[in-house]
Formats: sequence, C-alpha cells, structure tokens
Amino acid sequence: MSGHSTYVPKTGFERWLDSRLPIIRLANDTIITFPTPKNLNYWWTFGGILSMMLGLQIVTGIILAMHYVPHVDYAFNSVERIMRDVNYGWLIRYMHANGASMFFVAVYIHIFRNLYYGSYKAPREVLWILGCVIYLLMMATAFMGYVLPWGQMSFHGAVVITNLLGAFPIVGDAITTLLWGGFAVDEPTLKRFFSLHYLLPFMIAGVVVLHVWALHVVGQNNPTGIEPKSKADTLPFTPFATVKDGFAMSLFLILFATFVFFMPDALGHADNYIPANPLVTPSHIVPEWYFLPFYAILRAVPDKLMGVIAMFGAIICIFALPWLDTSKVKSMRYRPQAKLYFFIFLVVCVILGFCGAKLPDDQVIPGLTTFKLVDSDLNSFVWLSRISTLYYFAYFLVVMPLLGLFEKPLPTPETISSPVLGGEHKD
Amino acid sequence: MLRKVTLLAAALLLVGGPALANTKVREPEPVAFSFEGPFGRYDQTQLQRGFKVYREVCSACHSMNLVAFRNLGDPGGPFFNPEYSAAKGLTSNDNPVVKALAADTQIADLDSETGDAVQRPGIPADRFPAPFPNVIAAKASNGGLAPPDLSLMAKAREGGPEYIASLLQGYGPPAHGVTLSPGQHYNAYFVGGVIGMAPPLAADKVSFDDGTKSTVRQQAEDVAAFLMWTADPHMEARKQMGFSVLIFLVLFSGLLYASYRRVWRNESH
Repeated sequence: MSGHSTYVPKTGFERWLDSRLPIIRLANDTIITFPTPKNLNYWWTFGGILSMMLGLQIVTGIILAMHYVPHVDYAFNSVERIMRDVNYGWLIRYMHANGASMFFVAVYIHIFRNLYYGSYKAPREVLWILGCVIYLLMMATAFMGYVLPWGQMSFHGAVVITNLLGAFPIVGDAITTLLWGGFAVDEPTLKRFFSLHYLLPFMIAGVVVLHVWALHVVGQNNPTGIEPKSKADTLPFTPFATVKDGFAMSLFLILFATFVFFMPDALGHADNYIPANPLVTPSHIVPEWYFLPFYAILRAVPDKLMGVIAMFGAIICIFALPWLDTSKVKSMRYRPQAKLYFFIFLVVCVILGFCGAKLPDDQVIPGLTTFKLVDSDLNSFVWLSRISTLYYFAYFLVVMPLLGLFEKPLPTPETISSPVLGGEHKD
Repeated sequence: MLRKVTLLAAALLLVGGPALANTKVREPEPVAFSFEGPFGRYDQTQLQRGFKVYREVCSACHSMNLVAFRNLGDPGGPFFNPEYSAAKGLTSNDNPVVKALAADTQIADLDSETGDAVQRPGIPADRFPAPFPNVIAAKASNGGLAPPDLSLMAKAREGGPEYIASLLQGYGPPAHGVTLSPGQHYNAYFVGGVIGMAPPLAADKVSFDDGTKSTVRQQAEDVAAFLMWTADPHMEARKQMGFSVLIFLVLFSGLLYASYRRVWRNESH
C-alpha cells in the first residue's frame, strides 16, 4: 500500500479478478513487496509474533467455547471436564491460558521497543494510538477471560476490579450495575463476560487490520530512526522479513511450549483451582502478572477515586506520548540521556509489578523497621510503589517533554545505510 | 540460593521482628517426589498406596467429585494395565481391578422402570461416591465446616503435594499463645495454625499390599502423590508431548535460521 503497486497479474484469472477485486494485489503489496528497512533488529519481530499469538488465542478459544458452560453452577466443572475428559482438552486450555501471558510478554516487548526507538513519533501517531487501543482491548479481554473458570481468584478479582469503576462520581454506580447485570457479581455477570470475551478478540483483529494498514502507509521505523531515503535502504518483506520473523516466531514458540508442557500453572494462582465461593474471600487477591504494575499504581494512592484516576491516567499517558515527547530525534541510540531515563523507567515498571504482587504493608527489606511516614512504614511496598509511581508519571510528564528541549543528542547518520558503511555497527 | 535467602531472611527476622514469629506459617518440607522435573513420572506403586490411604482414611469425610473409577485405569493412573488400553482395542472400563473397585461401592440412582430411588453397585463410569449426600450434611457432621473436595487439592494450595504431605504430618502441641476450642487441632503448616481436621494418619493405620512399612510419613507422602495425580491426571502425556514439540521446534528453528542466513547472505545490515 505504501508507494506504487508493482503487482503484475500473471494468469488470465488473476487479471480477471484484479479488475474486480484486487485482493491478490493487496496481499502482494502487504506481505511480498512491502519495503522494509534493511537494518531492522530482532526487536522488530514481535509484530509477527503478536499476530501469531492472536491467531492461536482465537483458534484455541473457539474450541474451548465448544465445551465451556457459562453458568455459575457449571463453569468450574466444565473447565475441569475440558482438562480431564475432552481429548487433548488439557493442551487446548493450557495453550489458551498460557497463551494470554505470552501475548502480554510479546506486547510489552513490542511497546518498550517503540518507546526506545521513538516509533510513536510523526508520522506514526495514529499507528501508535491504534496499538494503544489494541492493548486496552487486550486488557479487557484478558480480565474477562480470567473470570470465566469461576474459581476463587476469578470471582474475587472480578469483584475488586468492577468495584473500582464504582469510585467514579455520579456514573460509577450505574456502570457497575450495568457490568454486573444486577447488584453483585453473579450469573448475569458471568454470562455477559463470556459473551464479551468472545466478541473482543474479533474487535482486536479488526483494529489489528487498521494497525497494519496504518503501518503500510507510513512504513516501518528502524533502529536508527532515520526514514528510508532510497531503494538501497530497504528490502522487500518477502523473503527477507518473513524468514527472519519466522525464525523469531519459532524461538518464541519454544518459550511458549516450555510453559504449556512443563510448567502450565506457574503463571496462575493456586486459589483459582478452588471453585468460586462469594462467602469466603481469599486472603490475598492479586490480578494476573500483566496487570500488576497498574494494580500497584492503584494501591499507591490512599484515596480510592484518586487511585482509579491514577491507574487510568497511567494508560492515558501512553496514548499521549507522541505529543509529550518533544525530541526531534527518534531513536534513543542518539539520545544518551533519554536512554538512561528509559532504562530506569523499564526497571521502575518491573518494580511496580513486584509491588503489585505484595501486600502493601509487607517490608521490602525484611526485618528493617524505619519510621512511619503518613500511613505506613517507609520500608514497605506501598512506599516503594509510591516512589515508583512518581517516576512513572514523571517519565511521561516531565522527562519526555523537557529532555527534548534541553538534551544534546549525538549526531545522527544521513541515511540508514551510512552507519553500516561507516562501520559503526554497535548498538 | 534459596537456602541462602531463607537464612538471610531468618537472620533479619531475628534482629528486627521477633513479634512476627508466632503468626508465621511454616513452609512445607521438601519431598523428592518421582513426578517432579521435566522427566518426572508418577510412581505407579506409590499411587496405588496413596489410593488405599485415600480410600480407607480420607474418603470417610472428603469427596472427590471430579474423579471416576475408570480414571484409575487410564494411562498414568494407579491401576493402568497395558492389557486394557487403546492399543488392545480396550479401555480402562474393561480393567478388572477398576471394575472390582467400582462394584465395591453403592451408587445412588433411579430405577429406570419405576423411577424409584435405588442403590446399585458402581461401574467404572461412575465418579467416586461422596461421603455426604449434600453440603449441609457435610457441614453438620464436621463442626459447621464442610471438608473440601480433594480432586484438585494438590493444585489448589501453594506448595501442592509437599504442602499436603507436610500438613498431614504437621500436628503437634499448640504454639505459645494459641488456644484451641473443642474440635480444633494445632498444625504448624496450616494458615493460622488452627485446623478442624483431627490428625487423620497413624502408623500402621493402612496396611500396604506391597509390604512397604506403613509409617505416618509414608502414608502422607503416598496420599499426596495420589492427590497430585487426581489433580493432574494427564501429566505424563503432557510432558511426553512436550519433548516431541520441543525437539521439533528446535530443529525447525535451526532450519529457519539456516534459511535466514542464506536469504540475507548478500545483504549488509
């Protein structure tokens, strides 16, 4: 789609079809001749990996839906029937459950790659926002999917998360009641979550089409952040990118298979193998690992409404990034200071994830009691998450806008090819 | 590594937080189960012993609603016999041990002619009968709390089978500051230390057919292994397939890498 189409119909049928529905031309221009920068590294293979994971999740999900019963009395046992009696049901279900985690592993790498190489900057803002929409839809889908087995963590996680929306003034209660389909998490909630869990992946697939479309209009960014200037800078997608993506996908599948076959429950919670019981609350309710940083931000703020706003604000910052970053240089290869702040940001996100998994008052350094600040001891996960949350927002709202104005970037190469020819291959 | 961290944590605990010591739940003791690790498999004789402990002790109070008699004869199960497998055109329903175990129980059913409630001998397709007709009866007989179903117990607790084995051996005199009401027992591995279940195991309470000495520890570890099997009956098939998949993927990745190198051989990048 980018540039002039070079497709030439070879057979009579292709010519006939091309003048009626140029679908072969579309496929040809999208995955065969599409020019890709020749210097893409392995961080650029995660787009392909994500498409593969979306496909796998949809296929395994459709099969699971053939056996799953969305009813509070039968849901838990129907999942166990899949695990025990359906032929290879354990394989399908473990692929789907671990596939969700792997999907998030890939999407986080994809997002951080964008942050590092500045792929969100002009002219790729719409491409970036579409990606953010996909990420939001993924979070909603994953959350609802986790509720479906109707285990203890499913049920009480659903209660905690849906209750958050009740914190909003005026509309909060109405939204919560609408989500629940009643006045508590119950049968109607499970039914609508199942319905939406089946719908949202197809919406994701739809936005992925837009995402790929936008990508093919503006072209791929690359590790130098310099737009391709001539044919010498690019290579056709097939075979060059396809074979590299294929290799990376295969490596990713090795990781995926290791989880599915050898530690299928490592990323889940033991409590979710206990059938949901509204009268017994688990001692420690935690979301799945991919939500933990946001959960930590939520709990870092003492006020419920402010906590919810902070959590959503953390996501809105990501959307707004193209306009928050004022630097003219895309790639952080040429922004040494930005690189430093970026890696701190990466570590802070991981720390937030740890904080989300711990009880707020647990000690970070065990046994060390310091002094009480406001509501907790300074040596507690709640204070660690407060400091981290502060950095999280500072990165987007202070560092990104100001650094672009004050930093002194390194000289950038003229073209993609020149640093290669000049021998500066090091990253 | 883990031990070092534990030691460090223990040292820091001594310095900073002696007040916490009483409320701390004890970590399960490590057990070298045969099914651990990527190559681990169930030890069939251990599963048979564990099944006997479950049948003669646990099943008096605990249900196991997700497991059917036929499962006992499935591949990887305690009474699997290759003579009665798909390779011979048969299933676990034909396994005489499974049939005998099922027939030894009485299952509540309806007479298909008259509709009367009847009791009939079990068949391999039946699930294990529950000790109580409903939750209310289970609560009433157990001091107000129904004993949990054991089908998934080894997956539903942190520490899994090791936790179960430790818990079953973990009874003792109450720790300092813990007072027990009638019907309560002290168990250091249980959250809060106070558990309703009376010590279920005793030396020689179950006699093992294979001559294994019937100590409390032996019974506890065997039944923990059996509960791991009931929670994860397809583990052996899963790991076996995992190796095929990984070998394939490694070879396939090698081929793809060779193709990648060949395709890109003339490109400087």
